[in-house]
Amino acid sequence: MTVSIFWYLLLAAILFGIGTAGALTRRNGIAIFLSIELMLSSVNLALVAYSRLIGERLGDLQAALTGQLLVFFVIAVAAAEAAVGLALFIAVFRNRRTIDVNHLNIMRW
Amino acid sequence: MEIAVFALFAFLAVISAIVVVSHRNPVYAVMSLVITLISLAVLFVLLGAPFIAAIQVLVYAGAILVLFLFVIMLLNVEEDAQRTRSGIFQKVTALISAALFTGILAGLFWRDTASQEVAPLTSQSISLESLAHRLFAAYLLPFEMIGLLLLAAVVAATVLAKPYSSRPRAEDP
Repeated sequence: MTVSIFWYLLLAAILFGIGTAGALTRRNGIAIFLSIELMLSSVNLALVAYSRLIGERLGDLQAALTGQLLVFFVIAVAAAEAAVGLALFIAVFRNRRTIDVNHLNIMRW
Repeated sequence: MEIAVFALFAFLAVISAIVVVSHRNPVYAVMSLVITLISLAVLFVLLGAPFIAAIQVLVYAGAILVLFLFVIMLLNVEEDAQRTRSGIFQKVTALISAALFTGILAGLFWRDTASQEVAPLTSQSISLESLAHRLFAAYLLPFEMIGLLLLAAVVAATVLAKPYSSRPRAEDP
């Protein structure tokens, strides 16, 4: 007895929703960044689940592997994004002594 | 058995995700994000992607979140005197929009996949060999570009995190 793919996709949707709520409500820059990481990895779950399903529908194993490789690239880009984003936070904190996003409004017109 | 494992780790992932977005202390938020990511890695194994699960634990939980912890401790965010809280109206609006989005997404997934049954995994469908063959044959160029991107990110992060005073000025010889 296997778990239906729908439940994996539902879990991905719920995690994405939790991440969205966090990114919209938190005021600490690093907490917003953590919420975005949560959304990113929930999308990874949806990609792997759909790649399993596509491989099943097409009867083609290579199609299933393509989805997994996409997740591999997403994780690599997430690593690069985290490094640059955290360096930006360090630079902002050095200049403003805060990373509370309510105080980071010098680019607001 | 598979249903029990899925239910346990899905529950764990949701609970720790709620802790990630709601805990005041960012260090605890990072630690519970580690729990979320490890639970997701277990689900990747259930979906027949053991390589992605290993990468998830090594790169995401191991490297990226350690970087987060490092920066949080470096910045000492908890003593941020200027911190503000979001208002109740903003929180309610964010919760409603997130719930609405999740509902729409779940409805679409239900329409698309509710009647789909997947066959059990075979040893061929989780073989690392075909994955590696695909990565280093069909996707060789994107793989090399990822290497370049990571190099650029390392350079950018080093430059950004460096204090202004230690940067060489343009008029210096």
